[in-house]
Amino acid sequence: MRVKGRVWKYGDDINTDVIFPGKYTYVVSDPLEMAKHALEDLDPSFAKEVKSGDIIVAGKNFGCGSSREQAATCLKVLGVGAVIAKSFARIFYRNAINQGLPVIQCPEIFDAVEKGEEIEVDFKESKIFTPDGRVFNFPPFPDFVRGILEDGGLIPHIKRRIGKE
Amino acid sequence: MGMTFAEKILAKKAGLLKVKPGDVVTVEPDRALSHDNAAAIIKLFKSIGLEKVWNPKKIVIVLDHAVPAPTDKHADNHKQIRRFVAEQGIEYFYDVNSDGGVCHQVFCEEGFALPGHVIVGSDSHTCTYGAFGAFATGIGRSEMAGVWALGEIWFRVPESIKIDLEGVFPEGVYAKDLILRIIGDLGADGADYKSVEFSGSAIRNMSISERMTLCNMVIEMGAKNGFIEPDEKTLSYIEDIAKSEFEVIKPDEDASYERILRYNLSKLEPLIAKPHNIDNVSPVKDLEGVKIDQALIGTCTNGRLDDLKIAASILKGNKVAKGVRLIVIPASWKVYKEAIKERIIEILIESGAIIAPPGCGPCMGNHLGVLASGEVCISTANRNFKGRMGNPESQIYLASPATVAASALKGVITDPREVL
Repeated sequence: MRVKGRVWKYGDDINTDVIFPGKYTYVVSDPLEMAKHALEDLDPSFAKEVKSGDIIVAGKNFGCGSSREQAATCLKVLGVGAVIAKSFARIFYRNAINQGLPVIQCPEIFDAVEKGEEIEVDFKESKIFTPDGRVFNFPPFPDFVRGILEDGGLIPHIKRRIGKE
Repeated sequence: MGMTFAEKILAKKAGLLKVKPGDVVTVEPDRALSHDNAAAIIKLFKSIGLEKVWNPKKIVIVLDHAVPAPTDKHADNHKQIRRFVAEQGIEYFYDVNSDGGVCHQVFCEEGFALPGHVIVGSDSHTCTYGAFGAFATGIGRSEMAGVWALGEIWFRVPESIKIDLEGVFPEGVYAKDLILRIIGDLGADGADYKSVEFSGSAIRNMSISERMTLCNMVIEMGAKNGFIEPDEKTLSYIEDIAKSEFEVIKPDEDASYERILRYNLSKLEPLIAKPHNIDNVSPVKDLEGVKIDQALIGTCTNGRLDDLKIAASILKGNKVAKGVRLIVIPASWKVYKEAIKERIIEILIESGAIIAPPGCGPCMGNHLGVLASGEVCISTANRNFKGRMGNPESQIYLASPATVAASALKGVITDPREVL
């Protein structure tokens, strides 16, 4: 599987409250509605202008803070192809995988790309291609994580496992 | 080579003799906690297609994030949860009434936080229960739906950091200042994916409440869980309330840690986390004079009886500064009732404080204390993220109940040692 998209670049410690504000937690339940608020308190242009396949590139500790899964859901629904960060906060990392949103730890990418540049990720080969012809490797997903991502998230994965689908 | 707490408990629960950091294990949790987000979890659980949850006795639900319901949507969520709880026979349900409060406080008061238990919660501050020797960690909604369905969850065995604490707190310095110091030093990602074990003579001297404050905030440095070895204080706290059997699990003496940090409490001073990052920590005295609009004492970090007592001792006989709103939220109705009995509530009200019903409302911008644009709040909560209290144009400072009370009194950020 490959994803090609424009880069949206953010810094360190992008927390779940700026990705999906807590005040919407219990009043917005429709995923399409959630998507409208993605990154609202950090970059209001993001939800309006992001295109399917676009890729978020961030610094360290992306997704720190709440266990609120909507922080991953809103990005997934907008069609974000992957989030590549120097590092991730652990609950967000799990939530992203459980929502079928690929999260890639690759610290070298941050300084190698600029906002708006088009990059390509090959999940099978675990490689990222930048416009200037450079190639970056990232650690491949463990098999069970790949299984969840391939099934489109944890809930479909469980359904398949227990034979409900 | 021995095992750390996280290694030991995960090995035991997975039925293995030994595990090492990086291994992935699957375990059955002893308890699974949810709050208002149970409504969303119910939807996910039902979408799997199963009729019954894995074990209704292991599920605990406490309504707290927006209580009593501020909007019709919140009310609908609560209604769905009540219906589901009745359908499934979930006995451990704490509704919007005087049995409940903030989920983490209620969970501990009701005897669910027990040594040697594996506890998952659909709230990041589930790590609080490490104060009782549990392995407790936050998970997302889909994962909780998975736990409700299958009764199992996978964990990567974490590396461990040991934080050894010696000495005694100087006057005006509290557990909140200590955890801010540690997070300030390690950074907001300083313990990402790791297990944090607190140890040393200072921990032995700390109250259960202080231990809860420390473990509550380990998530703010990215940790998977916090841990404090149970002692006679732990056992006496849970003696009459434990809801089930438990077993004390301790790390081995020769366990291997990624890092060992040492702090001497006697060298600490009152600290504050400045907007908008938790690790943006400074001495309170460096911020003195910053004008505040609102002060909040409460939340799962610092809304317990001793926190309210500290605030009352500063506010007694004095009035909150003109133009400042002081909101006090006891962490549970049990705390509230005790505070009434000890006349703490009376002192707080006399000083001009607003007492709100136990819950999480303002901490994450739901209701009861949302900030206006340009306003500054000093709070005893655990997060000062931009927009956290409902308005991205506001500023949140985090400190101990003493610092918050002293600041409410003066109308500007104030070192509590000036008013003690």
